[in-house]
Amino acid sequence: MVPFARQLESLGYADFRALEVSTLQVNLGWRCNQACKHCHLQAGPERPEQMALSTIQEILRVAAGCSIPVVDLTGGAPELNPHFEYLVESLHRLGVHVRCRSNLTVLLEPGKEHLFDFFREHRVELICSLPYYQQDLVDRVRGPGAFQKSLEALRRLNRLGYGCEGSDLELHLMYNPGGAFFPPEQKPLEDLFRRELAQRHDIHFHHLYTLLNMPIGRFQDYLRKSSNYEGYMGKLLASFNPDTVSGLMCRSLISVAWDGCLFDCDFHQALNLSLIPGLPQTIGEFDLQTLATRPIRLEDHCYGCTAGSGSSCGGRIVGGEL
Amino acid sequence: MSHYYDEKDLEKFQEMGKYRADLFDNFMNYYQGVMAAGALTVREKALIALAVAHTVQCPYCIDAYTRVSLENGSNLEEMTEAVHVAAAIRGGAALVHGVQMHNVAAKITM
Repeated sequence: MVPFARQLESLGYADFRALEVSTLQVNLGWRCNQACKHCHLQAGPERPEQMALSTIQEILRVAAGCSIPVVDLTGGAPELNPHFEYLVESLHRLGVHVRCRSNLTVLLEPGKEHLFDFFREHRVELICSLPYYQQDLVDRVRGPGAFQKSLEALRRLNRLGYGCEGSDLELHLMYNPGGAFFPPEQKPLEDLFRRELAQRHDIHFHHLYTLLNMPIGRFQDYLRKSSNYEGYMGKLLASFNPDTVSGLMCRSLISVAWDGCLFDCDFHQALNLSLIPGLPQTIGEFDLQTLATRPIRLEDHCYGCTAGSGSSCGGRIVGGEL
Repeated sequence: MSHYYDEKDLEKFQEMGKYRADLFDNFMNYYQGVMAAGALTVREKALIALAVAHTVQCPYCIDAYTRVSLENGSNLEEMTEAVHVAAAIRGGAALVHGVQMHNVAAKITM
């Protein structure tokens, strides 16, 4: 295998760097009410990792001081962090655009149903996981009952105006494949989801993003157990698309782990691959000027972001407009 | 060779271009043109290909178009229906040839 760093070097990216920090992606903890089979963080109900209030206050200090336009909340289920509402309220007051990656089912957990109205009040953009529009696949990947709960949460969000045509309450879906294969082209799949969810369930959304399953964490365990690892990695390499490189999300995003450590992305965080030594390593040391042009740590799992149309937390990287 | 079919052979398809590359290139251009989106979507074409794969009983094609169908957002319900279409046409084709049998029998029996 050609190491990813050497692959980029051959394309003229010997010194691959960030271009800006326009998104601060904050992982509020690895606790989740689900334990999805593809989760790169191996999140689940038993995970103890949760961002402390002191770290959240550091996040707010950076958000206020550095004018980063978007804070992207993820987990685990970020809503399970006891300081979630405080963080969202504070960011909203600062005028920061708040994006939350929700698994949907957490919104129906005891004590969490107020979040529907809370999201609307604070104009939170929602990116919700839904790997298919049929029950069997969703329940196989996300656990029994996940599909029906997801539909219920989506219906309630639609009733509040989320995902409706012309509404600025943004509701997007995130698709990831339910196995050892690559995601479909984003736009045709979005059209398919839009038609099927509307016809079958009267559910509406704005956009659908596709995300390739990164061969790490629980998904790597699955690939190895099912003897698919070698084939999957071979296909990732064979599908390397140089056109995706300039738009890789690490060039505009920085990831903050539950303990305040900084990473180039959530995948590096999962593998505890810190920022390159010499750079600020924690949210407490955050320095926008340094981090906005930082050299990025390149690892072989980065091939997961450059295969085909590319993959990122905002969906495919190349291949037409939304 | 312990068996005739090996899944890794699918990756060696390009070897068929080693001799008479012009013919192989012509085939590949045609193939790629056919499978690209046109009046039918890539997803619809993949389902047709999956059904045909079962009709010609090609394990390479079944492997390839199962993946391609999933990678284009199809589900197992749709893919199974496609295979039933192949089975129905194959079965119907056998059955309709029974008319030939009737014709022959009518011709040679009293």
